[in-house]
Amino acid sequence: MSATATHDARGASGHRDGTSPSGPQRFRFLARSRNDRVLTGTAGGLAEVLGLDPLLVRLSLAVLTAAGGTGIVLYLVLWAVSSEPGAGAPTTPVRRRPRNRQIAAVACIVAGSMLFLRGAGIWFTDALAWPVALAAAGSALIWARTDPVDRQRWTRISEHLPGSSAVTVFGSQISPIRVIGGALLIAAGMAIFLVANQALASARTALLAVVVTAAGLSLILGPWILRLARDAGEERRQRIRSEERAEIAAHLHDSVLHTLALIQRSDDPADVAALARRQERELRAWLDHRPTPSAQQDLRGAVDALASRVEQLHHVTVDTVVVGDAAVGEHEEALLLACQEAAINAARHSGAPRVSIYVEADTDGITAYVRDEGSGFDVDTVPADRRGIAQSVIGRMRRHGGTASITSQPGQGTEMHLELPRSAA
Amino acid sequence: MTTTGRRTRLFIVDDHQLFRSGLRAELEDEFEIAGEAGDVDQAVAGIVALQPDVVLLDVHLPGGGGATVADAITRRGAGATRFLAISVSDAPEDVIGVIRAGARGYVTKSISPADLADAIRRVRSGDAVFSPRLAGFVLDAFRGELPTSIDPEMDQLTPREREVLRHIARGFTYKEIGVRLNLSAKTVETHVSSVLRKLQLSSRYELTRWAMDRRMI
Repeated sequence: MSATATHDARGASGHRDGTSPSGPQRFRFLARSRNDRVLTGTAGGLAEVLGLDPLLVRLSLAVLTAAGGTGIVLYLVLWAVSSEPGAGAPTTPVRRRPRNRQIAAVACIVAGSMLFLRGAGIWFTDALAWPVALAAAGSALIWARTDPVDRQRWTRISEHLPGSSAVTVFGSQISPIRVIGGALLIAAGMAIFLVANQALASARTALLAVVVTAAGLSLILGPWILRLARDAGEERRQRIRSEERAEIAAHLHDSVLHTLALIQRSDDPADVAALARRQERELRAWLDHRPTPSAQQDLRGAVDALASRVEQLHHVTVDTVVVGDAAVGEHEEALLLACQEAAINAARHSGAPRVSIYVEADTDGITAYVRDEGSGFDVDTVPADRRGIAQSVIGRMRRHGGTASITSQPGQGTEMHLELPRSAA
Repeated sequence: MTTTGRRTRLFIVDDHQLFRSGLRAELEDEFEIAGEAGDVDQAVAGIVALQPDVVLLDVHLPGGGGATVADAITRRGAGATRFLAISVSDAPEDVIGVIRAGARGYVTKSISPADLADAIRRVRSGDAVFSPRLAGFVLDAFRGELPTSIDPEMDQLTPREREVLRHIARGFTYKEIGVRLNLSAKTVETHVSSVLRKLQLSSRYELTRWAMDRRMI
């Protein structure tokens, strides 16, 4: 290890392809190679860092493996401490390696591990070889659920492992089948192991069974739990970020873009100034997280308030009918904003002088209809970039656990139907 | 109603002089404006004396409101006179009160002259006129959301009636509702009238119960 440590500086700057290691938290002195890899790129990376021929590194590892399994331990340690290859695109595409080399690599790791254990004296009997081989093949199947590139590779390898051909037929597409196959292999390994050890002192059998079961289970489930926990956290962060973004985009569309559109239409400087002032006030309130006008209000008052806003801004009559009532929380607020957006849409595009809003709150949730008798449009031909409907109405309802649908035909008016179930509210 | 050729005689009750003359100007081409009044007493006296076909009745009036007028006339035996309540947005209780006192419909003052004329014709021929707003109020009343709500054990709305009311509240015309629900316009009309009847019947029932609770009868 000291040899690699002294090459610290060189390792950090010595990547031939110019990409930097993506995992800043991990040891940075050794990055697995993107371009020169048989299995994980560890040997290739080591060769890059040391400035040696990769073949030499691999041969050294193989020889060390024969020498009591040291090579395999070294390989695993290096793999564990090395960082992921750089995130950038590889300068040369990953070459399709002959499958035989990869199979040989996997077999070397497994055989090396066994030789090492045997040499170290942690070994019961040679009858162990088959169970371990089976368990290794099984866990390989399961562990291989990493990134798609890795998965493909492992699928190819596992085609050549005994007893798994049926599994790999579906391997790349139906992962549950892989998992079941992998689990079966591990279970078979465990069974053979237990049978082989029947001759041992009967007192040890029970304890052994428990230990082996636990080991088997952790082989099956361990990688998953680790990966799930990591992926779930990352996914959650991503989702929250993108939802926040969508919410901000919807808000900007509702407020700023509308005001800008109105200003462009207006000839009266006083009107423009008033619009700008109002928009500034609203935007500041929103940035300061002050409650929007409809917050802490009942549904009835909020619907009336939004109707008068739309009436003022777009010079249409907005008829509102509210049946039932509900407190306005975050989700109701979203429904109201979606309603307002639908009404503004109707006011701007339908040409109808009148927009009807109907909101009904009952034990199942809140239903809202926004309707005009204007020009209507073909629902299927609305361009995807018409943010108004897509983001502010449908997207917003979806983010808050509701649904939105549009019924419209050219010349027949438009009706927007919004649903917010009670469970979401 | 025998004189089909005769123009409908209209009586306008509203406390705003300006609004009365506005209505008069809009409607006098088609209808005969028999008279108008600005408060409850004038209205009752005028309606009794003139026996108009349709009274346009403001919900809010000095001296008791539209419900008082409708109630007073109904008690005397309204004859052929029918009431259509008209108002800006009002408290649901007041509107339901006027309907229960005998009005056959309720429209808001923002209604277009053509729609108002149509509503008057419908009320005259005995139909009920439910504006979207009234449909909403009635739905609320039958859900028990209003102080003057319907006894839940009494006349409940049938699912069909509820559906028709919802469509009215969403702003559809009877004709459109008929198409959407696959009913004839006449059937839609029947549903609406039966809702009105339930609303008015239940008010009588409640009055009786109110009196019985207080050992008055």
